[in-house]
Amino acid sequence: MINLTINGIKVSVPEGTTILEAAKKANIHIPTLCYLDLHDIKMVNRTASCRVCVVEVEGRRNLAPACATEASEGMVVKTDSIRAIKARRTVVELLLSDHPTDCLVCEKNTQCQLQQLAADLGIRNIRYKGKMSTYPKDLSSESIYRNLDKCIMCRRCETMCNEVQTCNVYSAVDRGFETVVSPAFGLPMIDTQCTFCGQCVAVCPTAALTQISHVSKVWEALSDPDKYVIVQTAPAIRVALGEKFGMEAGSIVTGKMVAALKRLGFKKVFDTDFAADVTILEEAHEFIDRLQNGGRLPILTSCCPSWVKFIEHQFPDLLDIPSTCKSPHIMFGTIAKTYLADKMGINPEKIVVVSIMPCLAKKYEVIRPELKHEGLKNVDLVITTRELADMIKEAGIDFKSLCDEDFDDPLGESTGASVIFGTTGGVIEAALRTAYEWLTNKTLEDVEFQSVRGLDGLKEATININGQDIRIGVAHGLGNARKLLEAIQRGESQYHAIEIMACPGGCIDGGGQPYHFGNLDIVKKRMEALYTEDRNKKIRKSHENPAVKKLYEEYIGEVGGEKAHELLHTHYTKREKI
Amino acid sequence: MAEYNLNSEKLKKLEEYIDGIEEKEGALINILHEAQDMFGYLPKDLQLYIARKCNIPASKVFGVVTFYSYFTMEPRGQHVINICMGTACFVKGAEKILTEFKRILNIKEGNMSEDGMFTINTLRCVGACGLAPVVMVDGKVYGRVKVEDVEEIIKEYKK
Repeated sequence: MINLTINGIKVSVPEGTTILEAAKKANIHIPTLCYLDLHDIKMVNRTASCRVCVVEVEGRRNLAPACATEASEGMVVKTDSIRAIKARRTVVELLLSDHPTDCLVCEKNTQCQLQQLAADLGIRNIRYKGKMSTYPKDLSSESIYRNLDKCIMCRRCETMCNEVQTCNVYSAVDRGFETVVSPAFGLPMIDTQCTFCGQCVAVCPTAALTQISHVSKVWEALSDPDKYVIVQTAPAIRVALGEKFGMEAGSIVTGKMVAALKRLGFKKVFDTDFAADVTILEEAHEFIDRLQNGGRLPILTSCCPSWVKFIEHQFPDLLDIPSTCKSPHIMFGTIAKTYLADKMGINPEKIVVVSIMPCLAKKYEVIRPELKHEGLKNVDLVITTRELADMIKEAGIDFKSLCDEDFDDPLGESTGASVIFGTTGGVIEAALRTAYEWLTNKTLEDVEFQSVRGLDGLKEATININGQDIRIGVAHGLGNARKLLEAIQRGESQYHAIEIMACPGGCIDGGGQPYHFGNLDIVKKRMEALYTEDRNKKIRKSHENPAVKKLYEEYIGEVGGEKAHELLHTHYTKREKI
Repeated sequence: MAEYNLNSEKLKKLEEYIDGIEEKEGALINILHEAQDMFGYLPKDLQLYIARKCNIPASKVFGVVTFYSYFTMEPRGQHVINICMGTACFVKGAEKILTEFKRILNIKEGNMSEDGMFTINTLRCVGACGLAPVVMVDGKVYGRVKVEDVEEIIKEYKK
């Protein structure tokens, strides 16, 4: 152990501990900005580029960045000396001198870590005036909004994109004052290998990276008397939305969310979970077909549009291995504009399908040209959990006091299996519940597959079905996915089926969720809440969903049949690395 | 190779050079030097080729190219005119010399003239402050340059 003194308090810490971590142990708060430690997903941004965390170390000439300086024996540190505080203030004032001060109308207003820092340090005057950097704004992707005038060069996005997701879209470009984080050749995001996972947005401390908002388009559709606007909500929304209204992380707000959506004026409030159950039927059928008829294995799940774009760019030689199933919300859109339109006697051209998603990639997904049916987009608009919270606030709805309401029929019925789609391991667990029963004709008594649960980056399970060991792999975070794909490329993969989600933790930590500000306990609570929601469901296997059975009886016919393929399956496109 | 808009003969030579390097990622700067020597500049397609060939992200290659002022993404003329903007040259009127070159050749700093003859660059101190202001053309040094000398210097290379 190492003994040091911080602000007169004696602290003992293991070797290798930084001053910042040691101070935390002594309940001393050192402000930070660029630093971000997400050790659960193995991401630490310690570029020490912002210098906000500088402290005085006795015997050292210069101030030391607490986030990147290791504690040493006998060290005497002052975090609150006049010199340290003055330096910190100067650093923040310099940052602000090249930062727009349009906080009142900024996307990140009240959510910005630079704004918070300026408030905490009591900055009332920016003494430095000089050149301001200005860059063209990038709205090319329908997904990620880049406004680099607000970038503070913390490099968190780069660390996330390059080290965790291994997408390598961003790099620091140019030098000196002109330095900017940019894709290769300054390309617009839509022309890059970006998967639009939005994890860069999730960790950006300012509004340099945010989402492209579709809120105004949703309001417009809702006020158009010629439109029939329906909404679907992804599983991960119901366990995160409450946070935006001051509720405890992990609060399950399904009923309140439905009530709020009805008050916002949606004609019908449906559940993406319904379509997730459909996905399981199609995917389990595809898996069994490949398993029994010598098809290509492992089969890979295809629910995550970010992951799909990743394989298209990075492993274009492996495009025959993902399941051909559309993602659940796209399936929902197709079903709504065919089956539901028929059933309710509404012209599908009048139907506007809005998806509430925890995800930024889904905003991009809906503009993929192949995801159209008879000339109509499957899903018209996608807004995130954060955008939905904004709409609820704008409409003056007192969210916390709403009484629970139920999803509408018939596309609101769902099972426990579909609820857990929102977390890593959930899709494959749901698929196993169905595949096991279909393959064995026996009832699966214990439906919980614990080994595929949790936040480990790579998980595996072996399940004996009819005497055959079925090996399952699970990866979340695209860096982990890359490892499994490289093994497949080398012919070393032993798995029969693999689930991949692009975001660390799965959709519960998606790029459109309420910001966690580095606290991954929030994500763990969302995960627990999804498993609770699953346990509370009467039906926990997708193939037992009565509304889904009816859909197949009345409209689609056979699972995996011709009509199913026409409506519910898709294909993939080879893309270049850039 | 057909996918890159590059001279295939030069590209083949570059490929041979890269193939001879074992640790490609660490040799990126050397490779970029070699490529710039061969092609005269580093256009987007050339950077993309190098990125894919060496399995280095294109964003990183672009980051390195834009960081070092030696590397250029603009084609270079037959003759490169370097005007020193170091402190001594600057106070002796280098700015006016630069403006005159830009006026006569009708190009911006860093660009190539339409006939492919000249590129204008600026640099910081060539270590000949006693001769300020200094202009260098392809390594030849011109000292105590006056605005009216500029036309003569250009003429020398137009022959």
